[in-house]
Amino acid sequence: MTPTVRIQAADFDAATEVAALTEGRSDIGAVVTFTGLCRDEGGRLAALELEHYPGMAEAEVARVVEEARARWPLSGAAVIHRFGLIRPGQNIVLVITASSHRRAAFEAAEFLMDYLKTRAPFWKREHRADGTTGAWVEATRADDAAAERWT
Amino acid sequence: MKLVYFAWVRERIGKTDEEVEPPVAVATVADLVRWLKERGEEYAYAFENEAVVRAAIDRRHVKPDAAIAGAREIAFFPPMTGG
Repeated sequence: MTPTVRIQAADFDAATEVAALTEGRSDIGAVVTFTGLCRDEGGRLAALELEHYPGMAEAEVARVVEEARARWPLSGAAVIHRFGLIRPGQNIVLVITASSHRRAAFEAAEFLMDYLKTRAPFWKREHRADGTTGAWVEATRADDAAAERWT
Repeated sequence: MKLVYFAWVRERIGKTDEEVEPPVAVATVADLVRWLKERGEEYAYAFENEAVVRAAIDRRHVKPDAAIAGAREIAFFPPMTGG
């Protein structure tokens, strides 16, 4: 399999990506998709601005996908991560994992998200509903702990 | 070598990238940070908490003790918040 890794400003469609991943395949028994969306934090946020490190973002996500493939018997994988200004309700990240059986697909999808959060070079900044530009979002200890549980 | 900065590290230093030629005694990422901090208060501000700022050499994450010899591009940035 050749994993799909895309870093893009444009939106994505999860159903289209799943269809592309499973087309013509008869060995896949489980597909897990995770979509991360921008939320408005109770009306406080107008948008999230996502900055990324072009070149490294693609390379690092690809390395994380390779780690997932080494740990679980995946039949397919896709990661799409957006950058730029993203408004509440819009998509930020898509992870798709496919395998013969569900456990590998579920676990690999969780692993990918946990590792993307702490290793993919993206940074979020808040744009507030009152029109001001807010602070850079701080990394959380919970995200570090989520990634560490796989080691 | 080229240095590139992201997010609040970029904002504090006030530039996205620059070419530098540190002296040969600057051997590791940690050495480079100390050398940069002496170049001006914007660098001292960006690296005021050295343990927080992360680094990558040629687009791979590295630790502060990583050797910088032969590096083409070194990046400094805050802990990542993607996903």
